[in-house]
Amino acid sequence: MGHHSNWPEWIYIGVVIALMVWVGSEAWNAERLVEHIPADAEVIKVTGQQWFWSFEHEDGTKEIGELHVKVGKAYKFEITSKDVNHSFNIHDYVVLLDAVPGRINTVWFAPKEVGEHDIQCREYCGLIHYNMRGKLIIEEADTTS
Amino acid sequence: MVLELQKPRPIWQIMFSTHHTDVGLMYLITSLIFLFMGGALALAIRAELFLPGSQIIADSMTFNRMFTVHGTTLIFLFLLPFASAVGNYFVPIMVRYKDMAYPKLNAIAFWMIPPAAALIWLGFADFTWYANPPYSIISAPGPAADMWIFGLKILGISSVLGAINFIVTILKCKHPDMSMGQIPLLAWSFLTSSLIVLVAIPTFAAALFFFFSDRLGVSGFFNPAMGGNPIAYAHLFWFTFHPEVYVLVIPAIGMMYEIIPRFSRKPIFSHSSGIFAFVLLSMVSFSSWAHHMYATGMSFTEKTVFMIGTLAAVPASAMHVFNFIATMWNGRIKFATPMMWAVGGIALFFSAGAGGVVNAAMPLDFQTHDSYWVVGHFHLFVMGTIAFGSIGFLYYLFPYVTGRMYNERCQEESMIILQSQNGLL
Ligand code: HEM
Ligand SMILES: [Cu+2]
Ligand SMILES: [Cu+2]
Repeated sequence: MGHHSNWPEWIYIGVVIALMVWVGSEAWNAERLVEHIPADAEVIKVTGQQWFWSFEHEDGTKEIGELHVKVGKAYKFEITSKDVNHSFNIHDYVVLLDAVPGRINTVWFAPKEVGEHDIQCREYCGLIHYNMRGKLIIEEADTTS
Repeated sequence: MVLELQKPRPIWQIMFSTHHTDVGLMYLITSLIFLFMGGALALAIRAELFLPGSQIIADSMTFNRMFTVHGTTLIFLFLLPFASAVGNYFVPIMVRYKDMAYPKLNAIAFWMIPPAAALIWLGFADFTWYANPPYSIISAPGPAADMWIFGLKILGISSVLGAINFIVTILKCKHPDMSMGQIPLLAWSFLTSSLIVLVAIPTFAAALFFFFSDRLGVSGFFNPAMGGNPIAYAHLFWFTFHPEVYVLVIPAIGMMYEIIPRFSRKPIFSHSSGIFAFVLLSMVSFSSWAHHMYATGMSFTEKTVFMIGTLAAVPASAMHVFNFIATMWNGRIKFATPMMWAVGGIALFFSAGAGGVVNAAMPLDFQTHDSYWVVGHFHLFVMGTIAFGSIGFLYYLFPYVTGRMYNERCQEESMIILQSQNGLL
C-alpha cells in the first residue's frame, strides 16, 4: 500500500466508465427506436398454452400453430398465456417477449421478405416445451385491396 | 491436517467436531462430492444433446429434471459449500482467532446441507433452478417440487447462519492489534459476501413460503388464476439471486488475491483498492436484479434503470482485474499450478464480464435472453472464473495441508483441457 503511483488505475477506471456510458447510451437509444410502434400496425393477439400457439387477427381470423402475415405491413403482437409462462419468440426477427397469464405484453415487427420462419417457446413450460413450435409464413403483399 | 496423515483420526471425530478446520474439511468433502454428482448430470445432458431427438434419456421430463438438479446442485451444493470450506479454514487464522465465533452454530450450518441435498436429489424436480411460477405451482409434479422448496429453504437458513458466523468472527474476534485495513483480502471477501447473503436471502426465503402455500392452494400470491402475479416471484427471486452471483464470485476473487502475489513474488498492488472494490461490489450487486426480466414485459423506463444499475457494477469488477495485472506487472512470475489456474480464471472473468455487458444492453438481450448465450455467460463465470480460482486454491493448499506435493505435469494438462473447453462453451 502507498508506495506506488495511482494514476494508471484512475485512467483505467475512467476508460471503463467511459466505455460503460457509451454502451449504455447506444443501447438506450437503440431500444427507444426499436420500441416505437408504428401507428398503423395491425394487432395480432397471440396466446400461448401448453403446448401450442394460437393467433387472432384484427379481422377475427384465427390460426393455430401457423401465422400468416404480409410483406410490407407492420404488426403488433399482444401476447398472453392461458396457463403458465411461455415466451413468444421469432428468432429470425429478434421478436422475444414472455407470455404471462393475466397480462398482455406487446411487441411489434415488420416482415421484410417472403418466406417461412420458426416460432418457438423460449421459456420452460413443462413436458412438451421443447416442441412448442409454430411457423411464421410471410406472404406477398395483397394487391387486390 | 498434516497431523491427520501422520496419525489418522477416526472419521467420526472429524464429522462431529466443531473445530473450524474440521468443519471446513467436511464442507470441502461435501462440495467435491456434489461437483462430481452435478458434473455427471452435465455429462448425461450433453451426451443426450449430441444428436437431435431422444437418444439415451427416455423422456423429456427426466431430461428436464436432470438440468434442474444439475443447476441447483452445482450452485448450492458445490460452489457455496466450497467457499464455506475455504472460509472456515482460513478466516479464523487470518484474523488470528482460535476458531469461528460460534463453533456449534458453524457445525449446525454445515449439517443442514446433507438433509437439504437429500431432499433435492430424492425429489428431482423439473422446473429449472428458477422454479418459474405459475408452472411450478399449478403444473409441476409433486412431491419433487415441494421437496425442492424445503431443500432450498434449509440451504438458505444454513447460508444465513454461516454468514452471521463469518461477520462476527471477522468484526468481533479479530486480533485487537489488527486494524480493518490490515485484514487480508481473502477475509475481506468473506466479510463482504456474507453481508450480501444477509441482505439478499430473506426475500427468496419469503418467496419460498408464498410459493409453498400457493402449491397447497391456500394462497395465490404468484398464481394469476387466484389473482396473483408471477412477475412478483421473479422480482423476489432475482433480488436474492443476482446478488448471490457475487456471493459466489467474491470469495473466488479473494482466493486469487492469495495466489497472484505469492507467485508474482510481489505484494498486492493495492490492498486498499481491493477492499474498496469488494465493498463497492457488495453494494452495486443490489442495483441490477431485474436485468433478468427485460423480456417479462417491463416498461422502457424500468429497463433503462436496471441497465444502468448493471453497468454500474462493471467498474468495481474491473478494479480487481487491474489489481491482479498490476501485481503481476514486473513481478518474477512463477507459473506454478495455482498461478496458471488463477491467471486462466482472470482471463475468463474478462470474457464472461464482456458477455454480461452484452446481456445488460437492452436491445441485445432480446437476442441472447433464454439462449445458450446466457448459459455460456454464466458458465464462463461459474466454471471459468469461480471454479478456476477454487481449483487453483485447492492446489495452493494441497502441499500446506497435506505436506505432500501433487503431480505438476498431470495437472497442467487438466488445466489446459478445461481452459479449451470453456472456450468452446
Ligand atoms: C460475477 C459472476 C456472475 C455470475 C456467477 C453470473 C451468473 C449469471 C446467471 C446464473 C445468469 C442466468 C440466470 C438464468 O437465466 O437462469 C446470469 C444472467 C445474466 N447476467 Fe450474469 N453473472 C455474473 C456476472 C455478471 C456481470 C458482471 C454482468 C454484467 C455486467 C452480468 C449480467 C447478466 C445479465 C444481464 C443476465 C441476464 C441475461 C438474460 O437472461 O438474458 N452478469 N448471470
Ligand atoms: Cu415453453
Ligand atoms: Cu444478474
